[in-house]
Amino acid sequence: MTDQTSRRSFLKMGAAGASMLPFLRALPAAAQGNDTLVVVTGATINSLDLHRTGTSRASYQVGINCYDRLLTFGTKEVPGNGLSYDYTVVEPELAESWTESDDGMTLTFKLKPNATFWDGRKVTAADVKWSFDRAVSVGGFPSVQMKAGGLVRPDQFIAEDDETFVIKLDRPSKLTIPDLAVPVPYIINSVEALANATEDDPWALDYLHTTPAGSGAYKVARWNPGEQLVYERNDAWVGGPLPAAKRVVIREVPSPATRRALIERGDVQVAFNIPDKDAAELAETLDVFSTPVENCIHCLCPNFSFEPFQDPDVRKAIAYAVPYEDIFQAAAFGRGLPLWGGSEEITDIAWPRKTQYFTDLDKAKAHMAKSGYADGFDVPLSISLDLASWMEPTALLVQEALGKIGINVTIEKIPGANWRTAVLVEKRLPLHLENFGGWLNTPDYYFFWAYKDGHLFNSSNYRNEEIEALVDATLHMPMDDPEYAPQIKRMFEIALDELPRIPLYQPALNVATNGAEGYEFWFHRQLDARVLKAV
Amino acid sequence: MLAAFPRLRAILLRVAQAIPVVIGVVVISFLLTRALPGDPAVYFAGVAADEASIEETRVAMGLDRPLPVQFVHYVGDLMRGDLGQSLSSGRPVATDLANRLPASLELTLTALILAVVIAVPLGVLAATRPGTWVDHLCRVVVTAGVSLPTFFTGILLIYIFYYILGIAPSPLGRLDFIYLSPDHVTGFYLIDAALMGDWETWRGAAKQLILPAATLALFTLAPIARMTRAAMLTALSSDFIRTARAAGLSNRAVLYRYAFRNALLPVVTTLGMVFSFALGANVLVEKVFAWPGIGSYAVEALVVSDYAAVQGFVLAMALLFVALNLVIDLLYTAIDPRIGFDAQ
Repeated sequence: MTDQTSRRSFLKMGAAGASMLPFLRALPAAAQGNDTLVVVTGATINSLDLHRTGTSRASYQVGINCYDRLLTFGTKEVPGNGLSYDYTVVEPELAESWTESDDGMTLTFKLKPNATFWDGRKVTAADVKWSFDRAVSVGGFPSVQMKAGGLVRPDQFIAEDDETFVIKLDRPSKLTIPDLAVPVPYIINSVEALANATEDDPWALDYLHTTPAGSGAYKVARWNPGEQLVYERNDAWVGGPLPAAKRVVIREVPSPATRRALIERGDVQVAFNIPDKDAAELAETLDVFSTPVENCIHCLCPNFSFEPFQDPDVRKAIAYAVPYEDIFQAAAFGRGLPLWGGSEEITDIAWPRKTQYFTDLDKAKAHMAKSGYADGFDVPLSISLDLASWMEPTALLVQEALGKIGINVTIEKIPGANWRTAVLVEKRLPLHLENFGGWLNTPDYYFFWAYKDGHLFNSSNYRNEEIEALVDATLHMPMDDPEYAPQIKRMFEIALDELPRIPLYQPALNVATNGAEGYEFWFHRQLDARVLKAV
Repeated sequence: MLAAFPRLRAILLRVAQAIPVVIGVVVISFLLTRALPGDPAVYFAGVAADEASIEETRVAMGLDRPLPVQFVHYVGDLMRGDLGQSLSSGRPVATDLANRLPASLELTLTALILAVVIAVPLGVLAATRPGTWVDHLCRVVVTAGVSLPTFFTGILLIYIFYYILGIAPSPLGRLDFIYLSPDHVTGFYLIDAALMGDWETWRGAAKQLILPAATLALFTLAPIARMTRAAMLTALSSDFIRTARAAGLSNRAVLYRYAFRNALLPVVTTLGMVFSFALGANVLVEKVFAWPGIGSYAVEALVVSDYAAVQGFVLAMALLFVALNLVIDLLYTAIDPRIGFDAQ
């Protein structure tokens, strides 16, 4: 499927016909019509199998476009920003229907009877079971994501008959159903995969890495890692409405300037994940979608293991000193949502929410004077070189502002490869920037990862017994439970008062289109090619 | 028997001399990649990985074993020609290099040929007519070439020839998406397409090559032109040229048969240096033109501590330089018969 794909086999796969010339001549004309879409992105697709160790985020789109899940999310309009997935609406994809037992411990799925894999074989419950077993067994990220929905062991998955698949849960959880609609639990053609599995590689990781075997809307016609991925439509797809584009070409163009030139000239139809600056400047001439990323916050994090930050007045002083508006304009070019200057009283459970803090140097100085560090102190502010586009301007503005209240900040730039180790694993950075975003869009899920002691994204070493108890209580609780909202509000109150993470703004995912429509934002921040249409 | 072929013997000797170099490169690249800060297991375990899954990743990558054991495994694999598996690209390093090295070589060689075709005549002309407009032009070109960073020239060329004038093809890498890459024979698209007789693809590949090659040529022609001019000036002011002129040889013969040939040695040396430098340093050109070359591959691998890929890259470059030095030495003897292998 990689470089072995000969011209001949590609042509057989494609609809182009037998010779080279018609393909060449037909395609540019077709691109004007609605057959082919060209997408440019800066990220590298390094595997066609999400379950494999080391698969890059950009590769998740193969899991989305080439495979089906049992369930998917609905679509909603975002005012002024096109379409977005809708976390509150779950729709069937490969499942035709599903039922939940009264105790919420057993989920029963009926598969679509007419669903077939690309090789024409019917999709059976055994395939679903094998795929789920694989996701919980291979370890690493897929297993962690499955665990979030309470899916841990193969014995939880039962193929009752060809079209009936049952999940047994250890406890009911509101996160299970949404977790079945994230990219991870996709359904693989287990017969094809097993035929290519070996004793050392029982889950066919090597085979599926380069050769997807799914039932999804698109097949991979060609993959040159580091260059391009070509999707070819699967006309027998039953997971949703048939995609409009027959062929979607994903081209990797590392330079943002080049991507911008291409989309402006209209030689490509979609520029995915463009910098905030380009989004702000292109918005006048092209269709630019800047969707605020749900459940994601760019934060300034004071680490509790650094003594001055154990003083609540120091943390509050910082929260009042931060120049929010300047950061939002300089780092995000106004793309995204402001998260400051809200009311202190918490009346709803929407998250991310505006904090009660705003830029007020007098208040900041007052808090500093009250604290045990009235004379100020020195602290390094750490940023990642990989994320320099937003972290660098932010850090400079924070440095300047904290200087005014006596905190002498030096900026420490950490190479991308070390960043995760330093900030998330060792949690040793006294003051740093962080940008966790949760796939499952509930506040408790965010708090689970970012505020619970020892959890990966709690890079501030924060521990609060009440938060620990509240997260444990709310994580699996249905959102319409009367207990839920008060507990969530209490969580917000504590977190925003104690400030282990100082929210700066909610970032946006920017996508520019020129000659394509139907773009839809997804929480996984990858391109869903199935809904795109050339215009 | 080898004594009968002194040149062959000399080449074999040079190759043998390269062996300790290669062994050194293997050891040093292994140690250096391990000394890189950063933990690849954490990186490759993914965004939401916890302690357990990081540990699983570490075991899967073989990084839990002690360094000497890792080294023995690495050398054992190398002996079998296995450069290991790149985690960032997800493929064998050998495959990656086989795909990307020709892309870089094709770009660098084209740029270098372009640079030589412009720089050498320019340098010769500037040397024979010092102080005239040709000399000034040479100086301007050289200064511009050195002082303009390649990514800037690249973006400028894209802006003018693609964005404004619309005469250059989309800067989308080696081939526009409407073409299919030719069957892999040498990995050089121009050669492979020509071998297949597919001139449509050949033209497509050539068109894509023009802007990046011009960008790189602008950068590389500066040292070549400079060196040609200086070497020519030295040669022209030397005694044997005066003698040749006094003997009444034609200007042409003096210039090309005697002066230029003598001036060629430093130029070839510079060429070798520029080539090796350009091959590693055209990362920025590769990024701007989405060229899937070896420079950007190595940088990306380095950023994520992808050990196998970095080691493979260093080793490939080391072998390439050994070969390059050999070729340049051979060129020396061809240009100047006074230089023999025996003397070295």
